[in-house]
Amino acid sequence: MKEPQIIVIGNGMVGYKFCEKLRSKTSSFNVIVFGEEPRRAYDRVHLSEYFNGKTAEDLSLSTENWYQEQNITLFLNNPVTEIDREQQKVYTANGLDYSYDILVFATGSGAFVPNIPGTEKEGVFVYRTIEDLDLISSYAKKARTASVIGGGLLGLEAAKALIDLGIEKTSIIEFAPRLMPRQIDAAGSDMLKSKLTDLGLQIHLNKNTTSIEGDGCITALKFSDDTVLDADMLVISAGIKPRDELAKACGIEVGPRGGIVVDQKMQTNDPAVFAIGECALYDGMIYGLIAPGYEMAEVLAANLCEGDKAFTGFDMSTKLKLIGIDVASFGDNFITEPDCRTIIFENKHKGVYKRINVSNDGQYLLGGILIGDATAYNLLLQTSNNRIVLSENPEELILAASGGSEPASGTGITSLPDSALICSCEGVSKGDICSAVANGSCENIDEVKKCTKAGTGCGGCLPMVKDLMTYTLKSQGKYIKNVICEHFNYSRQELYDLIHIHELKSYDAVLDALGKNDGCEVCKPLVSSLLASLWNEMILKKGNDVAQDSNDRFLANIQKGGSYSVVPRVPGGEITPDKLIVIGEVAKKYNLYTKITGGQRIDMFGAHLNDLPIIWEELIAAGFESGHAYGKGLRTVKSCVGSTWCRFGLHDSVSFAIRIEERYRGIRAPHKFKSAVSGCIRECAEAQSKDFGIIATEKGWNLYVCGNGGSKPQHALLLATDLDTETCIKYIDRFLMFYIRTADPLTRTATWLNKMEGGIDYLRNVIINDSLGMATQWENEIEKLIASYKCEWKEAVENPAIRKRFSHFVNAPEDKDPTIEFVEMRGQKRTAEWKTV
Amino acid sequence: MENSLINNLSKPYKNLKIMNEQSNWLAACRVEDAIENGGVCVKHGEDQIALFYFTRRNEWYATQNECPHKKQMALSRGMIGSATDEPKVACPFHKKTFSLSTGECLSGDECAIKTYPVKIENGTVYIGTTPKS
Repeated sequence: MKEPQIIVIGNGMVGYKFCEKLRSKTSSFNVIVFGEEPRRAYDRVHLSEYFNGKTAEDLSLSTENWYQEQNITLFLNNPVTEIDREQQKVYTANGLDYSYDILVFATGSGAFVPNIPGTEKEGVFVYRTIEDLDLISSYAKKARTASVIGGGLLGLEAAKALIDLGIEKTSIIEFAPRLMPRQIDAAGSDMLKSKLTDLGLQIHLNKNTTSIEGDGCITALKFSDDTVLDADMLVISAGIKPRDELAKACGIEVGPRGGIVVDQKMQTNDPAVFAIGECALYDGMIYGLIAPGYEMAEVLAANLCEGDKAFTGFDMSTKLKLIGIDVASFGDNFITEPDCRTIIFENKHKGVYKRINVSNDGQYLLGGILIGDATAYNLLLQTSNNRIVLSENPEELILAASGGSEPASGTGITSLPDSALICSCEGVSKGDICSAVANGSCENIDEVKKCTKAGTGCGGCLPMVKDLMTYTLKSQGKYIKNVICEHFNYSRQELYDLIHIHELKSYDAVLDALGKNDGCEVCKPLVSSLLASLWNEMILKKGNDVAQDSNDRFLANIQKGGSYSVVPRVPGGEITPDKLIVIGEVAKKYNLYTKITGGQRIDMFGAHLNDLPIIWEELIAAGFESGHAYGKGLRTVKSCVGSTWCRFGLHDSVSFAIRIEERYRGIRAPHKFKSAVSGCIRECAEAQSKDFGIIATEKGWNLYVCGNGGSKPQHALLLATDLDTETCIKYIDRFLMFYIRTADPLTRTATWLNKMEGGIDYLRNVIINDSLGMATQWENEIEKLIASYKCEWKEAVENPAIRKRFSHFVNAPEDKDPTIEFVEMRGQKRTAEWKTV
Repeated sequence: MENSLINNLSKPYKNLKIMNEQSNWLAACRVEDAIENGGVCVKHGEDQIALFYFTRRNEWYATQNECPHKKQMALSRGMIGSATDEPKVACPFHKKTFSLSTGECLSGDECAIKTYPVKIENGTVYIGTTPKS
């Protein structure tokens, strides 16, 4: 028997989703899809990421072979031009015709272009497809000023795109008295406007555009108040218009203002014809969001497979990030008194506005608006949708500390019912996620995404999906706490705070107060590092010396064979001839091998333990100090010669490097860290491969963070640009303290950042915007560390009890280890190979 | 610190059972020359013995100083600690760990190290130079 044939008109997100949903339920039906665009369905929600380096292929929803694998015939660049409902046939642009048993309109919407004279002029665009973006992008190269008509969601996206394209002056023109009139209220709009203005956008509200001026190409906009605004280009983003022209032409019923009329089954007035997505008009409404479109696709696919699903409207709550600003609305966002009680929180300094509407009896959350900080969105949405009874103080819902993942109230994820819809794009409930985790099929967020599809649409629910996963794993006892070792049941970060609070100053005191048994080679150096990071006391103080890693214990790096290396600090790599001579003389006297290091200093190898104090005594007398090559702390700050000599140098990179190196020397951290300062963009100091790197610009310094050389090289990321020297140092202070406090043991800054949720944007927010409110405390803490710096080697050689430790034999203090052997190579000594049995 | 040393000295060391059969006792050092919760290296002719004063457990241990992994004279400079209740030392080179009581290698399959008896008399630490194992 011949399979019934389904024809889908339109290969957008909803058309694709329909195919996917259908094929997940059945392999019957012949499916043919006609697309007007030249490429497979792509993610239109994240279209603007096309300007941030994502390619069309990155945005694509499927792989190239997907349609073939699913036995679906896909025609691209081949729109349907005519429909014969009596014959049940479609005619396409390539002149062929195809029969259908079931016809699905997934034609989506086009940009609504208001009837303004001049929209045909060159330089006027809409913002809808990848082709539109390509056109905008190439025209923007010759434009200095641009305007966007429409201050809604898409208009703001378009404005962001224009900023990204390097347009100097971008204006947003909105007809309504406020921005995003469907989502936010006047006060929210004021807050958003001031934030957007800070970002360099011009916002014009209450503006009615009457004509687009220019001879052939656009030069200006004219408004009803007779004002004029110059514009080299214009993007119209004033709303959407359902693509119903084909349906209308073949006699399918459409709404008075457009849209193919459908019922709860997505069926039109022709029983063989259906419509889903933004072209469908249900109950007098076009649903211009992706989640309801996916829901329509699900309803239709299920019903074609003998299911019985109905579309009964959809929650239009949204959360998005516009140019880095959180904007969200949920539930009944505009309801006002006396129909509800409104609670408003506003912080103009930080640009945060939050409004929640609570039922008059104080029991339920009805809806709300969030600008500037939408961390509480998921929970608020769930609280509202699931009619969870509020606590006595509903204001806590929006007063929770910024940055916290959950508001301080009883309404955590645990109180949600299993039916709570967590991912509205894919229709995944709390129960779906928790059971997928509980039955063992997924243990990390990627597996949860793969197995439930939750979070694969807009991604807005991901934090909550993650919380649910962690919560389920924890409740099963599966969650593996990141504890240090058998002696301490804490993570490094917890231990850091506990040692701080209890003011513990020795390893034994920490073990007695917070740990158990006798400690080991894992917790000892870790606790020692924390003690050093917190108090910066002499690490070889009695009792703490034996808890140091071997290299710290002897303030030198143990080398093959058991000898040690000696590395004095050479700040910024600058050294006088006299000091070079001292190094040469000391190396000769104690028979040490010398080598220039990658960090612009000189290593001396092959020192006997017994000789270390006397060698250092001589170096210190000549003005050297410890280089901390043995410690988990600042190593070197490399520099190029900079503006003092170099004909390209913009600033004095050497002086800055010396200042930085002397500022942070001796500070202990979870791992070693390195830095460099380059005097211009030629980057001779290789600053972008360092934990933090500084590069001179015409106006100041660019600060890069979290780079790494080594086995997994990673370029540092730009944290801030054109900083003055003091601000640059302030940011480094905060950066280092944040790292010292929160990184896992032996984690370099690059790995620390890679693991950080929110990545460089989050880090930037913490460092520059002080989103955790920790900046002042960190600056004070690091000042204390800097003020308490002492050269460890100077202290060691001057303290007889410590100095006594630097001998190999306790019962023959003068004797050196006789087993250490050296051989000759290229006029110097080197250590003998590992002895084999 | 002074007090803790006196307290320790006034208590019998937990693990020092009488080992009278041992005849070759080497006077290694004074108790106060040993390093609390750490090790020192004792020269014994051409040999080197690592001596550990595990103050926290009020115990003394002695082992060979050479780590059998890469033949480095280094165990006396290692960190000591415990795994469940087993006292151990970690070599500073590659963190191989060995039981202080039996000499058994606790990480991987390196061969065991020799352990020696220790006794304290009148504030002097003696090591029995015939290995226990």
